Amino acid sequence: MINVQNITKVFTTKSGPLTAVNHVNFTIDEGEIFGIIGYSGAGKSTLIRMFNGLETPTEGSLTIADKDITNIRGKELRLARREIGMIFQHFNLLWSRTVRGNISFPLEIAGVPKALREKRVENLIKLVGLEGREDAYPSQLSGGQKQRVGIARALANNPKVLLCDEATSALDPQTTDAILDLLVDINRKLGLTIILITHEMHVIRKICHRVAVMDSGKIVEIAPVLDIFRHPKEEITKRFIGQVTEPEETKETIDHLLEKYPDGKIAKLSFIGDVAEQAIITRLIRELPVTVNILQGKVSQTRNGAYGTLFIHIEGNPSDIEAAIDFLNKNQVGVEVVQND
Amino acid sequence: MIETLFPNVDWEKAWEKTVETLYMTGISLVWIFIIGIILGLLLFLTSEGNLWQNKFINWIISAVVNIFRSIPFVILIVLLIPFTRVLVGTMIGMEAALPALIIGSAPFYARMVEIGLREIDKGVIEAAKAMGAKTSTIIFKVLLPESMPAIISGITVTAIALVGYTAIAGVIGAGGLGDYAYLDGFSRNQNDVTLFATLLILIIVFIIQFIGDIITKKIDKR
Repeated sequence: MINVQNITKVFTTKSGPLTAVNHVNFTIDEGEIFGIIGYSGAGKSTLIRMFNGLETPTEGSLTIADKDITNIRGKELRLARREIGMIFQHFNLLWSRTVRGNISFPLEIAGVPKALREKRVENLIKLVGLEGREDAYPSQLSGGQKQRVGIARALANNPKVLLCDEATSALDPQTTDAILDLLVDINRKLGLTIILITHEMHVIRKICHRVAVMDSGKIVEIAPVLDIFRHPKEEITKRFIGQVTEPEETKETIDHLLEKYPDGKIAKLSFIGDVAEQAIITRLIRELPVTVNILQGKVSQTRNGAYGTLFIHIEGNPSDIEAAIDFLNKNQVGVEVVQND
Repeated sequence: MIETLFPNVDWEKAWEKTVETLYMTGISLVWIFIIGIILGLLLFLTSEGNLWQNKFINWIISAVVNIFRSIPFVILIVLLIPFTRVLVGTMIGMEAALPALIIGSAPFYARMVEIGLREIDKGVIEAAKAMGAKTSTIIFKVLLPESMPAIISGITVTAIALVGYTAIAGVIGAGGLGDYAYLDGFSRNQNDVTLFATLLILIIVFIIQFIGDIITKKIDKR
């Protein structure tokens, strides 16, 4: 449905040309939730802004439903923009209008008659769960409620695509999850294609079908979310995955245990899908004369299945430890020996 | 009681002069409001990174605004005499004061409107663009409503400065309370008349400030 071809954006700055987006190619299917993850400065913001012509590419083309967004101007671009909703990190609501007024704004732009507009606004308020707050001004709303207004506003003209520019980055974890649930709900109910950019792997893990990892203007890796968790190729991807699978304290714990138990091995196991739900460790200690000490573990749900990580310490004689690692490998568990003494 | 405090004040004349001051302030304020908003919008829209970005036009408007803002009001009246003659047909009376009052204050107000517009979150303008809004829609539904508190407090400040300007204009023949204080008060050595005219001007200023504050507070939902 969306086809990004060879898109490039070069900014002219005082210190010379700056390539923000560098020959990027990918396609997005209808009804997909597609995530783009990268650190700040990776070019993801520039990239998403080219989807609705807020930024014009230096090179390449970007088609949405067979319409090339990059070479239309004026009225045609304005009409195309009505079919592409956008929500923002800082919500960008009009403080001078109430919730109702803000949601009504895109409908006024589209020239929807008043009676119809009012009906549509009521429906949207219900859709995003803001009943009872219709007449509040943005300054009287919480961050999560403001983003709900932003979402309702973006959906007002029944767009085909919703662009989310760091939409949850200004929200606390709980509110983030609520907003993400709402996005999934909208994606299911309306079959809307959602493109989101973020620096939080949590967001990708929770709602995206596919993810593109962006670094220095280039897409370095692109795959279904579970595949990325299973086989991250790039170092930067591994770091992003670490955000959800390895809590901060893991490294400290491991260092501590390496000191405390100089014998044996510490291994990081990764489980994908069904394997994550089997009793593999139990079978391991029943079949082999080794002692297993569980250091830390976590199971994360993604849209296409579960992904688990487990840090264990294996003790026993060296040949048994080798056998244990073979056993785990045979059972489709990713094994990575952290360090051995 | 009041009569003993201000023995030389002619009440009817004082009232008449107050009305003249209010008339000059009111009429010129309407023009200043319109011209100031148009100039302020142009200054903002043609500045760098905005919808009608145009260095040349921005420079021209900016230069004109700065020049008229810098000329002391008394000198501006004199400089504008030929222009006023052509436009109004006379250089004495309330009507004759209007061109100088408007030209002297509109640039000042335009700068305040511009400052107000600059304070609008760029993200909000971008959101409107992303929704497919035309420039006119952005001006009337985003820029003006979102900067309304600054526009109103700016016109309040301008109105108060304008009351002062009408007094200066009064001294050179425009009528109003300035004329009353100068001719009937100072020239005839009737200090009570000068004092009373000053009191009336103070009351007008306080009322303007009071009204401006109320409106600003009522519309500011930030």
